[in-house]
Amino acid sequence: MEAWISAVLSGILLGLAYGLAAIGLNLIWGVMNVINLSHGAFIALGMFASYFIFKFAGISPFISVFLVLAVGVVLGMIAYFLALHRVILAPELSTLLATYSLSLIIIGLGTFFFTTNPRAIDVGLGSVKVFGAYIPKEKILVGIYSLIFTLLLYLFLYKTWTGKAIRAVSMNITAAKFMGVNTTFILSLAFGIGIALAMVAGALIASVFPFTILTGGVYELKSFVICVLGGLGSPLGALVGGLIMGLLENVLTLKIQVGYVPFLEFLILVIILLVKPTGIMGKE
Amino acid sequence: MILRAEHITKMFGGLVAVNDVSFEVEEGEIFGVIGPNGAGKTTLFNVISGVYFPEKGKLYFKDRDITRLPSFKRARLGIARTHQIVKPLNELTVLENVMVGACFGKTFANLKEAEKIAWEVLETVGLSDKADVLAGKLNVPQKKRLELARALASKPELILLDEVLAGLNPSEVSEMLKVIMKIKEQGITILMIEHLMHAIMKVSDRIMVLDYGSKIAEGTPEEVANNERVIEAYLGNPELALKLLKEGKA
Amino acid sequence: MKKGYSLFWLIPLLVAISAYPVVTRSVIARESVFLILMYVTLAASLNIILGYTGYVSFGHIVFYGIGGYTAFYLMYKFGVHLIPAMLAGGVASALVALAVGEAVLRLRGAIFAIATIGVNEAIKSLVTNLAFLGGATGLFFNFKIYRSYGGAAKAIWFAYYLMAAVTIVTVVVSYFIKNSKFGLGLFSIREDEDAAAVLGVDTKRFKSLAYAFSAFFPGLVGAIFFFKAGNIEPDDAFHLIKSIEMIFMVMLGGYGTVSGPVIGAVIYERLKGILLVNPLFKNLHMAIAGFVLLLIVLFAPGGIVGLLRERFKKLRGVLE
Repeated sequence: MEAWISAVLSGILLGLAYGLAAIGLNLIWGVMNVINLSHGAFIALGMFASYFIFKFAGISPFISVFLVLAVGVVLGMIAYFLALHRVILAPELSTLLATYSLSLIIIGLGTFFFTTNPRAIDVGLGSVKVFGAYIPKEKILVGIYSLIFTLLLYLFLYKTWTGKAIRAVSMNITAAKFMGVNTTFILSLAFGIGIALAMVAGALIASVFPFTILTGGVYELKSFVICVLGGLGSPLGALVGGLIMGLLENVLTLKIQVGYVPFLEFLILVIILLVKPTGIMGKE
Repeated sequence: MILRAEHITKMFGGLVAVNDVSFEVEEGEIFGVIGPNGAGKTTLFNVISGVYFPEKGKLYFKDRDITRLPSFKRARLGIARTHQIVKPLNELTVLENVMVGACFGKTFANLKEAEKIAWEVLETVGLSDKADVLAGKLNVPQKKRLELARALASKPELILLDEVLAGLNPSEVSEMLKVIMKIKEQGITILMIEHLMHAIMKVSDRIMVLDYGSKIAEGTPEEVANNERVIEAYLGNPELALKLLKEGKA
Repeated sequence: MKKGYSLFWLIPLLVAISAYPVVTRSVIARESVFLILMYVTLAASLNIILGYTGYVSFGHIVFYGIGGYTAFYLMYKFGVHLIPAMLAGGVASALVALAVGEAVLRLRGAIFAIATIGVNEAIKSLVTNLAFLGGATGLFFNFKIYRSYGGAAKAIWFAYYLMAAVTIVTVVVSYFIKNSKFGLGLFSIREDEDAAAVLGVDTKRFKSLAYAFSAFFPGLVGAIFFFKAGNIEPDDAFHLIKSIEMIFMVMLGGYGTVSGPVIGAVIYERLKGILLVNPLFKNLHMAIAGFVLLLIVLFAPGGIVGLLRERFKKLRGVLE
């Protein structure tokens, strides 16, 4: 019984973090029609940022995450102008490859400077007993933080002028332009926020699991599955998708071999793409 | 009779784009389709060329039921079309664009024959000097002619022209009308959508009028021009309508 | 399509490259030429679906893995000779492509790309869990298998010759596809699938066939590569990075052209060789590859062949 409770709770808490990373991917996808293949690389960057701040300044990941967020927005905007702006209207192949190049550059440099040795952040907060199951406090914080960041994004997108401009661009870029929206700025900002969310998710996950520079790829693939699951352009859908994913991973492993989990995840991905490409929460 | 549509209905979600439309097109005639914006003209063309299947109704081409035939098979049977929003194959040359029509349409030519046909057709529409240019580099009127050339290269029996005159200047319009008459002389049946009233009135044998997806009139240009429902629906302003229609007949 | 003359120099070039290690009897040269040939074949076959048809098959390496596993298992379990095993590998890949294509080729653009990554990862994790295929550790040859080829050394030369033959066949096939009515249909799909259908192109069948062709040859390559390696494991057979390398080579050379993938593959292998030898670049080669790829995407989307064709109009017949 404890095993089940622990699995369900872990699933929910981690699922929220997966959801956060996926929301970043979803935002970029929805607003810019770009599938960001550098998402995993930025998730890994977030992990390393959090790690080095903790190691050298002793600052907890749960505090430095706000710095990571700010740095992420700036980095993302720079990346947009370097790699994407020129091809934003070109066919998908260009943007896919442009973001993939970014990923190669980041992971290549990361491997060079950080090697691929595994690292871990041990915040050492201990655990709490919930319904008889011990849950590390870090995991709980990861869940809470992810939820807060998701809410903040929601408020930003729906309550601020800039947020509304982002949504306007995602619906119809030409119309938004005519209405006086600086679309270039909005596109770069959307990419910046998407990247920042990836880095934040990475920073949070790093407090729970060990990682290397290559780990981001795993979470990137998860984000794809979640996005497809939740539907394009729906932050709520990504959150729900993240929860489903987290639960699947943690609960399924009680019953089936761990190795089959990725197979099932990708099977789900392909099936949903085929049966309902708009996602289970998406509109027709 | 080359084309027969029976009670065609096409819906998008809750919106009825084409509502219970029936008509027949005789072999060799020019059959015009007019109506205000959003009347369902292009949707009707998409149903005829197989881009969409209708929810209700039947479509017959030379007495063969084609209601659920995929578009490529309709092209093979001899139905060709042009697009209102031109769809050139940008990175292929003009010649290659036209060869696609000859290779895969009713002609179903091999590459060698297709090249020969393509040159002939380019001559007809006056694009032969652009044969080696990439289609994406053409201007809009040239792209419209390319659409026409591609359709003609398939040696169709029925050709659907979707606003081939829109966006052309007066001299280009009269040139295009000459090309259309040339097509008719070759014995090809023409179904055309047009916004330019005087042009379509001049060349059509019969005209059908759509409004909000429904057919509201059909007949010779004269008959349609004098139909009150048409005048009201089409322009909402009877005086202006009369003036335009007179202009058309002149 | 206008007939070009690229085969007149491509085939002699490939023959000359392949003959070099044979003449010099250099094992080092053989290994590097083997890689070049393998890259050429992979790039030229990916080009059929990516460059001719416009479908970004991001997980294309899956067909190399399927061909590799099929052939390896046949040789390992039943002692089948490499040639029939290789053909079986190719056919298995093509059949999987037809089956998978039936579903995923309905998707367009980036969604198709993601789905192909999904297919690769799904099959990789499936194979990792199949005990009869050796699970995560894979399968290993008993060296006795090489005996019927006259020993391990001769077996490797045999694999080399076979790879050279497969490469030449692939390039010739990709040339004839491009210059055929089928190829014209594929290009029209690449440019505008809806317009192609209305013009009479049986888009569904054409896409499936193109996908099957572009899967068949990587299947052959996988079979030869893992025969030569003597072992096969999921991480090698379905390595997503190799997929990206294939795309990289096609883009570098010029997608949609016959000579582009060949040029791209040769240059890529040489560059990688130089970078990997230098201790500083060795660790930075990924970052450099990314930087070069970004430059191509941003400034020369037509690749090397595209640049040359623009610069030297007279070369167009030769560089198609």
